[in-house]
Amino acid sequence: MDITGRLQEQVQDAYAAQRPLRIRAGTTKSFYGRPVDADAELDLREHSGIVDYQPAELYVTVRAGTRLRELQETLAGQSQTLAFEPPCHGEDSTIGGVVACGFSGPARPYAGSARDHLLGVRILDGRGQDLRFGGHVMKNVAGYDLSRLMVGAQGSLGVLLELSLKVLPLPARHMTFVQERQMAAAIKELQRWEAQPVPLSASAWMDGQLYLRFSGAESVLAGLRACVDGDLFLPDEATRFWAQLRDQQLPFFASGSPLWRLALPTGTQPVLSELPQVLEWGGSIRWLRGDASAEEIRAQTASRNGYAIQYRGESNSQPFPPLPEPLRTLHGRVKDAMDPRHILNPGRLYTDL
Amino acid sequence: MEESTHTPAEQDFLRALAAALPAERVRSGRESLQPYECDGLSVLRELPLCVVLPQDREEVQTLLRLCRQYQIPVVPRGAGTGLSGGARPVAGAVLLSLARMNRILDIDLENRTARVQPGVRNLAISQAVRPFGFYYAPDPSSQIACSIGGNVAENSGGVHCLKYGLTVHNVLALEVLTADGEVLHLGGLTPEVPGYDLLALFIGSEGLLGIVVEVTVRLLPVPENTVVLLAAFAELGLAADAVSAIIAAGIIPAGLEMMDRLAIQAAEDFVHAGYPRDAAAILLCELDGSAEELVERVALVEEILRRQGADSIRVARDPDTRALLWKGRKAAFPAVGRMAPDYYCMDGTIPRGRLAEVLERIARWSEEIGLAVANVFHAGDGNLHPLILYDANAAGQIAAAESFGQRILALCVEVGGSITGEHGVGVEKLDSMCVQFSAAELETMHRIKGAFDPEGRLNPGKAVPTLHRCAELGAMHVHGGVLPFPELERF
Repeated sequence: MDITGRLQEQVQDAYAAQRPLRIRAGTTKSFYGRPVDADAELDLREHSGIVDYQPAELYVTVRAGTRLRELQETLAGQSQTLAFEPPCHGEDSTIGGVVACGFSGPARPYAGSARDHLLGVRILDGRGQDLRFGGHVMKNVAGYDLSRLMVGAQGSLGVLLELSLKVLPLPARHMTFVQERQMAAAIKELQRWEAQPVPLSASAWMDGQLYLRFSGAESVLAGLRACVDGDLFLPDEATRFWAQLRDQQLPFFASGSPLWRLALPTGTQPVLSELPQVLEWGGSIRWLRGDASAEEIRAQTASRNGYAIQYRGESNSQPFPPLPEPLRTLHGRVKDAMDPRHILNPGRLYTDL
Repeated sequence: MEESTHTPAEQDFLRALAAALPAERVRSGRESLQPYECDGLSVLRELPLCVVLPQDREEVQTLLRLCRQYQIPVVPRGAGTGLSGGARPVAGAVLLSLARMNRILDIDLENRTARVQPGVRNLAISQAVRPFGFYYAPDPSSQIACSIGGNVAENSGGVHCLKYGLTVHNVLALEVLTADGEVLHLGGLTPEVPGYDLLALFIGSEGLLGIVVEVTVRLLPVPENTVVLLAAFAELGLAADAVSAIIAAGIIPAGLEMMDRLAIQAAEDFVHAGYPRDAAAILLCELDGSAEELVERVALVEEILRRQGADSIRVARDPDTRALLWKGRKAAFPAVGRMAPDYYCMDGTIPRGRLAEVLERIARWSEEIGLAVANVFHAGDGNLHPLILYDANAAGQIAAAESFGQRILALCVEVGGSITGEHGVGVEKLDSMCVQFSAAELETMHRIKGAFDPEGRLNPGKAVPTLHRCAELGAMHVHGGVLPFPELERF
């Protein structure tokens, strides 16, 4: 259903009254980011459905409140997929939420991120204006790329109404290998694979095991079988493993202590290796659990030119690393340009955005 | 120096500049400015106040601070190969050439990245890393000359972006100077950075948001094998439909290019690539991957091409034959250039499924207007490059070519595409921007510009038209592909 009119009215009223709005859909990702300083809600759940799907043109235009599962089923019906493998944090997870948070799954280092697959958006800005940026063609350099700016902005620059996303053919087959490796050796092995023209499509390390997934035509995978060490995962088991990793359903993610997400340059040697951790994306993302202080984790990550996000945890007053000047001031100005009265998800990303 | 033509403020600025930078960094006086009077869009010329060629970031900073102090605008320029006038000088503004900042600073094979200065040529990056088995994917046809800084400004594409993406997909980090000379670091070597994706916003911003002083690009391993197929068709429409059929079959070629009869003949006369001169259209399809994979995919593409009515198919597997087949395509623009005194290269994108229909309409208009059009373009991603042939010395032909071009761009928007796929807006397409975007959308872009460059000193008058200009033009915004009053004859 298209409820643009109703949503626009709500944003315009909120702008007039200078009353902040908490943008929501399935609320499966409310653990992420800061609590929004708003009493009123803008509910996107009813704003759902596929607007336009052209398999031969490799794009889909979808309303933001559309459930991710529903979208994926539609695409799978045409043997296509969102190649960035969006994580699904629950049945009610929506495509708008995924794009707003900028979440991508295991294929990200090899197939690109959510932002790489976004072609265009329709949004309501903080004045309640209905705006379109980008489009649904693959190449479009007219004007500033305000569509990709929305990815990861967590609704603070605009309410996502519609998204045009690139879709790609589903790979014919996957093949996952498991190798016994210590963390440092696994990082080396990952670098070796990433430098080769092979169809590596996912990688992970946990509990002394390195997981490598290759995707492509049967003939390609057959050729690879002889060159990769390790045990071959049964196809069903492998599919389940990557889905559980993507959706954070593995036991590692269930425990109660704060969950940290470290973004590091690939090839970074083990960090805080005394703490339990899971590596993804060729080692450039490391999930960390344990009792180390936030200061310690931030300092260790920063010293390796990385960033630490407190992804899940109880006291999420500052989950994201502070922005240095002059970037911080620039962020404020970009926010003011898009949402001058700070009514869209204020405080979710940073206190002043 | 011809200081007499300068305002007192400009004279003060030039004196301060001469004191702040070594003499060989600054050029002024008509004769030394003339080589810079235009970029690749040579019909639009203007002399800048002066040309500055800094050698490092500090010199750019010095310049920008002086420009702030004296309120002098700045037009950045890479290699000057852009086709939309983005680097055309502005009267009274400094032309900031980054061509001398052309060093490759670091190649990090472990992380598969290269850190380079903005004046490094696109092809030079691939050449530097080729011995290690890597390359930089975006390959605009001007890659031998164009600079990576200019690629960032334009979000350049090329033949291989169908599979490997545009500049925005292949640049990891930028070091940028703001209009005030402050250093900004956008993006990074990590898969994500805190805050907004300002890197994505900056790429393709045509020099309006900041000056790029360092670029970190992603390197890809060179594919194991490459095969190029050349298919000839007796009708343009058949070739166009074959493009969609290949993509619809789930194949993403590394490149998928199309040339029409005029372009084929021009290229044949020029470089003798062995193209079938009697074909109405040819497709060049490049596939890459492992040897096993290619056997299957080449067979599949051949089958599709036959089914779509290809008269002949050639398959080039060895490097020499592949290079020969590409040679005609790569030489197509200059080849077409030999057929008429002047040509106007357009750039718009459309959904692939509308290719046949749009090409047909362009052909019909070409006949009506009396200006020939050659088509040679990135068919796989629907990126048209109609080349309108004209004679600048014949009365009215420049204007006729320009209005024909705008008509084509409006048609691109009408069928759901864009007024530019890779050449940018510059000054050339300011009017067409009024067709693609609403007043509120353009106003939002001006606000973003204001967030980065509140005083509007960087590349003024480019990329985003004023609302006043659109109002005067009376251009119609085509909303979501639907023109107001579709029953009326336009143009």
